[in-house]
Amino acid sequence: MSSTPQISPMAKIEQRTIVDMMSRGKRIDQRSLTDYRDLRIEVGIIEKANGSAQVFLGKTKVMVGVKVETGDPFPDTPNEGILTVNAELVPLASPSFEPGPPDENSIELARVVDRGLRESKAIDLGQLCVEAGKKVFVVFVDVYVLDHDGNLIDASAIASLAALLNARMSDYEIRDREVVYKPGYKPLPIKNYPITVTIAKVGNSLVVDPCLEEEEVMSARLTAAIDETGRVCAMQKGGMEGLTIEEVKAAVQIASTKANAIREKILEAVK
Amino acid sequence: MFQEKRPERLIDANGLRVDGRKLDQLRQIKLEVGILDKANGSAYVEQGRNRILVAVYGPREAHPKHIALPDRAVARCRYHMAPFSTEERKSPAPSRREMELSKVIREAFEPAILSEYYPRTTIDIFIEVLQSDGGTRCAAITGASLALADAGIPMKSLVSACAVGKIEGQIALDLSDLEDKYGEADMPLALMPSFNTITLVQMDGSLTLEEFAKALDMAVESCKQIHEMQKAALKAKYISIKEEVEEKEESAEAGE
Amino acid sequence: MILHVEKKQLVAPGEIVAEGGYFAGDNVYKENDRIFASRIGLVDVVGNRVLVVPIKGCYVPYVEDPVIGRIVDIGMSGWSVDINAPYPALLPASETFGHRQPFPKADLTKIFDVGDLVLAKVIAFDRTRDPLITVKGPGLGKATSGRVVEISPTKIPRLIGRKGSMISMLKKETGCQIMVGQNGIVLVSGKSSENERVAVSAIYMIEREAHTRGLTDRIQEMIRKEFGGREFVSGKAS
Repeated sequence: MSSTPQISPMAKIEQRTIVDMMSRGKRIDQRSLTDYRDLRIEVGIIEKANGSAQVFLGKTKVMVGVKVETGDPFPDTPNEGILTVNAELVPLASPSFEPGPPDENSIELARVVDRGLRESKAIDLGQLCVEAGKKVFVVFVDVYVLDHDGNLIDASAIASLAALLNARMSDYEIRDREVVYKPGYKPLPIKNYPITVTIAKVGNSLVVDPCLEEEEVMSARLTAAIDETGRVCAMQKGGMEGLTIEEVKAAVQIASTKANAIREKILEAVK
Repeated sequence: MFQEKRPERLIDANGLRVDGRKLDQLRQIKLEVGILDKANGSAYVEQGRNRILVAVYGPREAHPKHIALPDRAVARCRYHMAPFSTEERKSPAPSRREMELSKVIREAFEPAILSEYYPRTTIDIFIEVLQSDGGTRCAAITGASLALADAGIPMKSLVSACAVGKIEGQIALDLSDLEDKYGEADMPLALMPSFNTITLVQMDGSLTLEEFAKALDMAVESCKQIHEMQKAALKAKYISIKEEVEEKEESAEAGE
Repeated sequence: MILHVEKKQLVAPGEIVAEGGYFAGDNVYKENDRIFASRIGLVDVVGNRVLVVPIKGCYVPYVEDPVIGRIVDIGMSGWSVDINAPYPALLPASETFGHRQPFPKADLTKIFDVGDLVLAKVIAFDRTRDPLITVKGPGLGKATSGRVVEISPTKIPRLIGRKGSMISMLKKETGCQIMVGQNGIVLVSGKSSENERVAVSAIYMIEREAHTRGLTDRIQEMIRKEFGGREFVSGKAS
């Protein structure tokens, strides 16, 4: 069951400062309205995982681990491997995260990241079948938020794509319907590079990559996933207020202009 | 990414272990303090292939109120492993092992935290194992001490921890996951080094009384080594800021 | 009487600081005639009292402390205020000016509403109950504008400086009004957002470098550089 969230822990005059500054085109950290914070991506830090990445987006820190195992396919897609995305908002990341099973925020986070990857067909799941209807490879993408300073969606999506690109599975061949491992490694069959861009509405302004304080005053947010060809492959609106039609169009437009730079950074980091 | 098989020998002809260590040698340890922004205190520990992040929040208002104690802070501890931290993916739901470790780790700190200073509050210790390779509860305790100190929680002493075990009949320090799996005993231990007070000791396997005494001494000795590293890591942040400032001043003076 | 460390030496919890006839001050504890640090910080000795000035620590309310807090709830006879302490503070309605009891809740909202920032003073606190604060007093009451900065409460003395030297320099150089709460919350109010931004940077820099020497001069230099290398002239930013 989902309920209206608690009020923001920010003093009203602080909220006013952010909104006022934004109406004059300024943000509290001196960024322009469409700038991302400093982005740093590290890959391969967790050797036991098939792939891993850690993203530092401003002070937000997210780690993603990718594990590849074998399992049963879904009955309606017997020839396809499985992608499953899970997100944990662990209590160490924020005073507002409590221990316990995933809440609606961590589930929304996982499903939005999943949507971008799935709808863009980033992973060619057809190449991950071992025996149709019996055995396929399952790709687990585990998003671990370590420090919450806003825009967990973009940070998680960047880390997820980087971890997938970093991932290596043991080379194998199928013999007598069984997986036989060979020496050497191969990457996952990645065919597309979706980038999610989150835009927040603060007052009447649209801003890219909201930090935590901006998230606390924003009235709504729109996340758009843009694939390599520039197509929109996933969207999610969040927040307590509405967006005008023009705002939605403008936000998606802004997202499509920001995606390329992020994509380049990821591809650079996984080289 | 790799798949580990049982090696032929855990100790080779030269007395060296699978990772090249001697029997009484610790794995390489790296400690960093204050790496998280939102937590009141935090630390990151690398010990061999272990990668562990610890955060401390508190003292803070007790939620729910009824868990508060009238004359002291309530310590809470959560030891949790990331799904990608182990060879086979682990479900994120807490396992019985994680619950047991949460308890013994909390108890390792109860004698050290001066909890009477903050009645009716909670002090929360959150441990996330990002990669696990044996001895994680000890590395977690080592890191949690740093995170508690970084948060300014008053303590009688830091707590330092280390495990000793037995492999192929020999007492060995700081077992890796492989050695624990194929060895004969493992004994994690935590110590308040200034007082030689043991706040955690567990053991599984088979040790003679003599072996146990030897293992205990080795563990205590190593905890003291780790204690020196902890103190250095805590001070490092402030010392480096001080040095940075002094450097800037010197170059400013030189430039004039 | 043995002192195991030097003044201003950095110590970690559990390190022995002194033994013999010394008395234990703040952030140290005594066991069997030996005194140990309980927090990481710099050692200080005042007469025969040994203490540690901590690098980090939460805010513990003291009577008479000026604090800056945020209204989080409205109750029957007052407000619950977050003062950045492990305990919520209570601001009784009787501690505001010129109002008569009893107070219907609607009236309380008119005075202070949830989310308002208040400048207050601690009037009572002990181990058995939550702190009590008041807004009766000169300069106290609702804050209507400015930037809010949060730093570690242990750095507030450094922000104020000996006899107020640091804070007066800050106010003069940035042309801002700066209200300092002992609880680590600082309110900066200036003529322009640029002035406020420089003041906020200076405060964070003081927090980071609090334990180093020559800080007042370095901060002054930094501020002057931000304003274009000349002294700040009241009413104008660079």
